[in-house]
Amino acid sequence: MSNQNLVSESEVIMNLKDINLSFGGLKALSGVNLQIKKGEILAIIGPNGAGKSSMLNIISGIYVPQEGVVEWKGKIRRKIAPHNIARMGIARTFQNIALFKGMSALENILTGRNILMKRNLIMEMIYMGLGRRQEEEHRKKVEEIIDFLEIQSIRKTPVSRLPYGLQKRVELGRALALEPELLLLDEPMAGMNVEEKEDMCRFILDVNEQFGTTIVLIEHDMGVVMDISDRVVVLDYGIKIADGTPDEVRSEQKVIDAYLGAG
Amino acid sequence: MFYREAGQFKTSYKKDQAILPIFQDKIAMVGMLLFCFVVIPMFATDYWLTSILVPFLALSLAALGLNVLTGYAGQISLGTAAFMAVGAFAAFNLQVRVPEIPFLVAFLWGGLCAAGVGILFGLPSLRIKGFYLAVATLAAQFFIEWLFTHFDWFTNYSTSGVITAPPMTLLGMAIDNPLSKYFLVLSIVVICAFLIRNLIRSEIGRSWMAVRDMDIAAEAIGINLMKTKLLAFGVSSFLCGLSGALWAYVVLGTVEPQAFDIARSFEILFMVVIGGLGSVSGAFLGAGFMILLPILLNNLGALITGGTISTETIAHIEYMVFGALIIFFLIVEPNGLARLWQTGKEKLRLWPFPY
Amino acid sequence: MDWWFFLEVFVGGLLSGVMYSLVALGFVLIFKASGVFNFAQGAMVLFAALTFVRLLEMGIPMLAAVGITMVIMVILAIAIERIVLRPLVNQDLIILFMATIGLNYFIEGMAQLVWDSKVHVLDLGIDEYDAFEIGEAFINKFDVYAALIAGGLVLVLSLFFRYTVIGRALRAVADDHQAALSVGIPLRTIWIYVWSTAGLVALVAGAVWGSKLGVQFAISSVALKAIPVLIIGGFTSIPGAILGGLIVGCGEKLAEVYLGGFVGGAIENWFPYMLALLVLMIRPEGIFGEKIIERV
Repeated sequence: MSNQNLVSESEVIMNLKDINLSFGGLKALSGVNLQIKKGEILAIIGPNGAGKSSMLNIISGIYVPQEGVVEWKGKIRRKIAPHNIARMGIARTFQNIALFKGMSALENILTGRNILMKRNLIMEMIYMGLGRRQEEEHRKKVEEIIDFLEIQSIRKTPVSRLPYGLQKRVELGRALALEPELLLLDEPMAGMNVEEKEDMCRFILDVNEQFGTTIVLIEHDMGVVMDISDRVVVLDYGIKIADGTPDEVRSEQKVIDAYLGAG
Repeated sequence: MFYREAGQFKTSYKKDQAILPIFQDKIAMVGMLLFCFVVIPMFATDYWLTSILVPFLALSLAALGLNVLTGYAGQISLGTAAFMAVGAFAAFNLQVRVPEIPFLVAFLWGGLCAAGVGILFGLPSLRIKGFYLAVATLAAQFFIEWLFTHFDWFTNYSTSGVITAPPMTLLGMAIDNPLSKYFLVLSIVVICAFLIRNLIRSEIGRSWMAVRDMDIAAEAIGINLMKTKLLAFGVSSFLCGLSGALWAYVVLGTVEPQAFDIARSFEILFMVVIGGLGSVSGAFLGAGFMILLPILLNNLGALITGGTISTETIAHIEYMVFGALIIFFLIVEPNGLARLWQTGKEKLRLWPFPY
Repeated sequence: MDWWFFLEVFVGGLLSGVMYSLVALGFVLIFKASGVFNFAQGAMVLFAALTFVRLLEMGIPMLAAVGITMVIMVILAIAIERIVLRPLVNQDLIILFMATIGLNYFIEGMAQLVWDSKVHVLDLGIDEYDAFEIGEAFINKFDVYAALIAGGLVLVLSLFFRYTVIGRALRAVADDHQAALSVGIPLRTIWIYVWSTAGLVALVAGAVWGSKLGVQFAISSVALKAIPVLIIGGFTSIPGAILGGLIVGCGEKLAEVYLGGFVGGAIENWFPYMLALLVLMIRPEGIFGEKIIERV
């Protein structure tokens, strides 16, 4: 059945205890408990309005729950400035693609390296010497990501001119550039055709395997979810109704009811 | 058509990242610098130097500053002239009170003071965006203008109200003729353009552009909005302050607040929009355009009407032309002359083939 | 503390504030319907006023002059919609804002080119120097009449928005362009209506200000004062424009009289802006404005 209090052998990277989140009078999440294990691919699914995006925003630190505790790597995490989230090792992609339209694919991903660069006004103005070396170092890393995501041919293209699927890939690349421990993907397959989905699945699995990145994704495509996730969490009306492996979850009556709208 | 770029493949990231990756661009840059430093001084008349080239260079610096703030960092500013005024008055006040200070140091001081004021008035950008921010910069414009007109301390209690700029001497030489002034301003501008070009293409420049394009996403990848925005205000205002000091010392010869009124702010804004937001060359193209166009209109008007057209009418027509051009560029090519130039180059590259 | 003097300054401030509101109203209309901040409103005030005054000088009777000026303003609105707004319809609002800055310069130049740039005296038949006496305070009659005119216009516009078909359509467009289009509201026609109404407001504002100051170039800088009014009151609210105008009018007069002495005077140039800045930091949407929500 569901594994709400499961303590597993692998390390818990984030522990969300008894999360309650409201907006004005609207309760988005009620008493949600969730443990994210290091190195796993966790999918959050549920009908529309179930609170999936809210959950993702709580994990990433943008929303602060009214009640409940968020523990990151064993330590309690209180309110955190938005720009410090990335520095903590959490990166995310957005549902509606949040790329920098005025820059090329390469520049977008390179901007993702910013938190790993030292900012020095004088050094950057003069460029020779230290400034240039830093640029080249990070450029190398970014090229590795570009190779990994197979987007070499479009790296200098302004992202506004790229097709939707490639834009999503660039956004993934930018998130990867942060070298995150936890990667949050908000509907990474939305709007893609079958081939693009297969590619994206491949990349997600590769990221997880090669870099050991923990991945949490929100996704509506059940095929994708069942294929690539280690574990699935189901939300409905802000409550967690299931938590287990894809097989365990898909056969749970509560889950079936939630999606079919029974009762 | 002038040269082909094919066949120049970069074999290392170092070469690809160079400021002028294409060999011919390097030649073009050297050529242009030679032209500015050698050819122009040989042939330019005093009129050209004093009335066109030096003002052009001084204002391009301000346009560069505004481009950094508005074009790259996306923070709209209608108070450019106020920061220029701070630069001019700060430089003047330092020299007047500490006469031994070389004027270049005073200029740097002017820039730094302007940067400080810029950061102060940039603080609202942490809470407001777009034209709300434009309003805050308008507040800066009016307040600073008032400050310099109403407090005699700034003019060192001058009785006439019009202060002459202190003379400039460098290494014993007086900088008082058109040619030496030209070299002074040219050198300063070239150095600044070089530094800014480097800044734009590195981490800070990308942070600015990220903030401009989508600040929420910028935060999500770890960019500190406050520091990045305030840095933009600082760097931009420094350039404007330097430009203001140059304008007062070199172009006008006087330090007066009237030279830095709201019309000036709009003038610089127009330069940046017409020249191209978010491009270094755009600042120069726009400045050149705004300086040359009135002269062109004047001469054209005199030609057409045989000299009977009044200066007032010309002024009105200028207003109309500027306004129309702004609208034209925003519709047709929001990236201004700089993009038109690039597109033109591309078309020439492929000529005579259409694509 | 001379209370009669205070009353005089206070009421004088309120009245001039109503006149600011008049100019601000034009901004609100356009912003409500299209989200565009029309920087050219000041130039429109100048153009309307100049046209009106010159027609009068040519001997045309007042009502006819009003009519002709209105027609010209409508033509201007149509031209603006076609040449400026339509090509820029999908662009960022910042681009549209800058386009209106260009428009401002263009209209200013055109107004003076066509009509000339001398100062014209505009006589609406109201004596500028006559005053009501209340106790020991002198309240300028002209200001009162101007305030009544402005108030009347605001009332008419408010009723218009609330109770007529076009008014409702305007509000729909302001709320959601796409939705309005999908229920068949002709966007472009709406914009022409809005800019024409703004033109009417500009005419009234121009006439009122013009008869106070004389019709001249300086009038367009009155529009610059309208900006703090909008910030304080909220860009999308007609009552906000009134309240904002009152606050700015009062505030700057009181500041000038009571604080100005200490710092050399002419505070009114920047005081409203500092006030606006304060409001921006505390409540960016203004007193009556709508909160701006950004979604990712």
